[in-house]
Amino acid sequence: MTAMLNVKDLRAYYGQVQALHGLSFSLNEGSLTTLLGANGAGKTTTLRAICNMVRSTGAIEFEGKPIGTRSTENVVRLGIAHVPQGRGTFTNMTVEENLQLGAISRSDKGAIGSDIERMYEHFPVLKQRYTQQAGTLSGGEQQMLAVARALMLRPRLMLLDEPSFGLAPLIVRDLFRILGKINREEKVTILVVEQNAQLALELADQAYVIETGRIVMSGNAKDIANNEDVRKSYLGY
Amino acid sequence: MELFANQVLAGIATGAIYACMALAVVMIYQAIDHLNFAQGEMAMFSTFVSWQLMQWGVPYWGAFVLTVAFSFVAGIIIERLLFKPLAKAPILTNVAGFIALYAIINSVAGLIWDFTIKQYPTPFGSSPFLGSQLISTHQAGMIGITLLMLLLLFFFFRFTRVGLAMRAAASLPESARLVGINTSWMIALGWGMASAIGSIAGMMIAPVVFLEPNMMLGVLIYGFAAAVLGGLSSPFGAVMGGFLVGIFENLVGTYIPGVGNELKLPIALALIIVVLVVKPAGLFGRAIVKRV
Amino acid sequence: MSAAEEVEVVTEGQAVEAVPKRAMTLGYGTSLVVLAALVLIPLFVKNFIIFQMTMLLIYALAVLALNILTGGSGQFSLGQSAFYAVGAYTSAILMEHAGMNYALTLPIAGIVCFGFGFLFGQPALRLSGVYLALATFALATAMPQLLKLGYFEHWTGGVQGLVVTKPDAPFGLPMSQDMWLYYFTLVVSIAIYVASVNLLRSRSGRAFMAIRDNEIAASAMGVDVALYKTLAFGVSAGITGVAGGLGAIAVQFVAPDGYTIQLAISLFLGMVVGGVGWLPGSIVGSAFIIFVPNIAEGISKGLSGAVFGVLLFLVIFLVPHGARQVAIIAQQLAAKLKKN
Repeated sequence: MTAMLNVKDLRAYYGQVQALHGLSFSLNEGSLTTLLGANGAGKTTTLRAICNMVRSTGAIEFEGKPIGTRSTENVVRLGIAHVPQGRGTFTNMTVEENLQLGAISRSDKGAIGSDIERMYEHFPVLKQRYTQQAGTLSGGEQQMLAVARALMLRPRLMLLDEPSFGLAPLIVRDLFRILGKINREEKVTILVVEQNAQLALELADQAYVIETGRIVMSGNAKDIANNEDVRKSYLGY
Repeated sequence: MELFANQVLAGIATGAIYACMALAVVMIYQAIDHLNFAQGEMAMFSTFVSWQLMQWGVPYWGAFVLTVAFSFVAGIIIERLLFKPLAKAPILTNVAGFIALYAIINSVAGLIWDFTIKQYPTPFGSSPFLGSQLISTHQAGMIGITLLMLLLLFFFFRFTRVGLAMRAAASLPESARLVGINTSWMIALGWGMASAIGSIAGMMIAPVVFLEPNMMLGVLIYGFAAAVLGGLSSPFGAVMGGFLVGIFENLVGTYIPGVGNELKLPIALALIIVVLVVKPAGLFGRAIVKRV
Repeated sequence: MSAAEEVEVVTEGQAVEAVPKRAMTLGYGTSLVVLAALVLIPLFVKNFIIFQMTMLLIYALAVLALNILTGGSGQFSLGQSAFYAVGAYTSAILMEHAGMNYALTLPIAGIVCFGFGFLFGQPALRLSGVYLALATFALATAMPQLLKLGYFEHWTGGVQGLVVTKPDAPFGLPMSQDMWLYYFTLVVSIAIYVASVNLLRSRSGRAFMAIRDNEIAASAMGVDVALYKTLAFGVSAGITGVAGGLGAIAVQFVAPDGYTIQLAISLFLGMVVGGVGWLPGSIVGSAFIIFVPNIAEGISKGLSGAVFGVLLFLVIFLVPHGARQVAIIAQQLAAKLKKN
């Protein structure tokens, strides 16, 4: 397998404050990777740096091309979908319009309609509500919508920032099941940032643990899940 | 009762002027979240351009189309050159920029075309409309054009991809970038469209108020009042607001004794303040929730 | 990697950038130099220039007042000309109809305007940013019309306005009317400047600034947001009113068309040029709005508006923080020179 995304020595700054201190990692094509860490460790910043939404230095390569100098929208147009924390729902638009926005940078307009139908198969709840204002959806439904919107890009790589945040456990299970399915069936490489370590490790095949802006551990998700330190710090048993 | 109906009709006729301008105001507010104080001057300049074209022998509708195209491009150029660099500056700096633009356009127009009042033609004629003395064919035509623009805008925003992208960029810029929208160009496009709509407003208004560099000052303030009344987030509201301000102005002038021409403006302004205080989102606008 | 924008929490766009408290004033040394210049220059120049310097101080006061409102509490106003007009008319009416001493009319003008501003601040409470700009803009546009109204014509003189008598120097002091008025204005200005600096350093000033930086957080800390916002409006209007009264005395004339929206816009620009929230910048801003239109007129008669606009754009692009930024750059240069 070849590395789809290669990140080397990534350093990111908020004003004067440095949030990432030389992060390096890579994602294999078709893999489902999780990035674990406590609050403030730099997980969100890592995702934001990939999309150039925060000032950073270092090298980021996507499918062999350096993408560090591209603007956010041009990174996205390469096929990197980002589901941000807080979901970024266009609350005053309908569910269907949100989905159409997901595909707004695509040039194959003809296929968009059938893709929307496909999303309704993945997430039946969205179909029931397709003319509703997205803001009236529940948190779980909005998270489904955010994932569906990202998939409308037909991404090669999908970045998810704490998709389980604020959702009921059953809904989280459901969501993660769908993510796994998307990863297997649609061959979308996924990087998911999570605080719910147990669930993320069950789902993922690779994992990185990040502490105060540095990667402290990496490897196979199963090995990480069995690691003594990780169990104590992140899994609580 | 007949007096009342007549005054309402006359109000709608004047209101069409404000509705036209309010549409341009709302358009730019949608794109950049600011009220462009130079909007009226931009419209005035466009109207002069169309007048000049007609002086050179271009027929009315030819001049009309050329002017709209010119205004669209000019709006984009102004944004790229002057206001793109200010995108992250505080509101205050932007307001200063609008005022500077106002001074420049007003002064340049005065230099090129001087400050004498000029007649401006109307394509609709100025005979009484359907036999009514209160509303002329030009005013009826202006109402028609305003409603047509509103309809086109509705379709543009509702059913085209660019329209959808513009709405997304205006409501949540960061999320818009995350679906691959170039938000910066959406803003430029908003300037272009506002400028084009403003030019149509100017060309419709000029036969009524006559053409001169200061023709738009009063109209712009009424346009603001109309846009605020209808809600700055709603093109439909802006047009309705325009008609309502026109009707209100006429009724106040008719039924409240002692209100002459000199008090009409303060009353329109008082209306702005009352609406802002009682219902800041306007009659047809959407309330915006503030986050910490 | 290129510098992308920094992450910002999605809140309503900030109206003004925050200015630290200490950065709002000048050091003692610089203050003394400026003061000495203001005291000494009139002794060596013609009466007309003294008159212009008086106007410089008066507009500086009005800009200062706006600075307290905007730089201090973060509220917008494009309507300061309305308060200026009320102050001017209060002084003029008291002097001409009640025969009151000019100096006594000023505090009254201030109090009347404070009340007026405080009242206007009540509805303004519910508005922010661009809406407040619009509401105050409306106020400024309406003011000349209101002053022309027939009902008040007996006192205001209607469209004609009122002529105001210029006071002589008291105690038989050997100075011209212009020079006396200049020093009188200077004393009033210094008193108001010092009071303003102290106000912004006080508990109330901290409350203003907390509101400016984050209104919701300020109210969560127990700041009575409604009270302090209206208070800021009142204080700003009060100072503007005193400036208006002084202006009426200096110009010897009040008329509705002297207080149009143009004046409000000028004061606003004066604040931007001087540096929002930097009180000493007020005098620089005042100089800009008094002299630059003349200079623009000198460069090109027909294009004076355009020249003015272009200059303003230059200020916005090159020194967006106005005179404050120039002062900081100058300070850094001076420090470098010292090192070498």
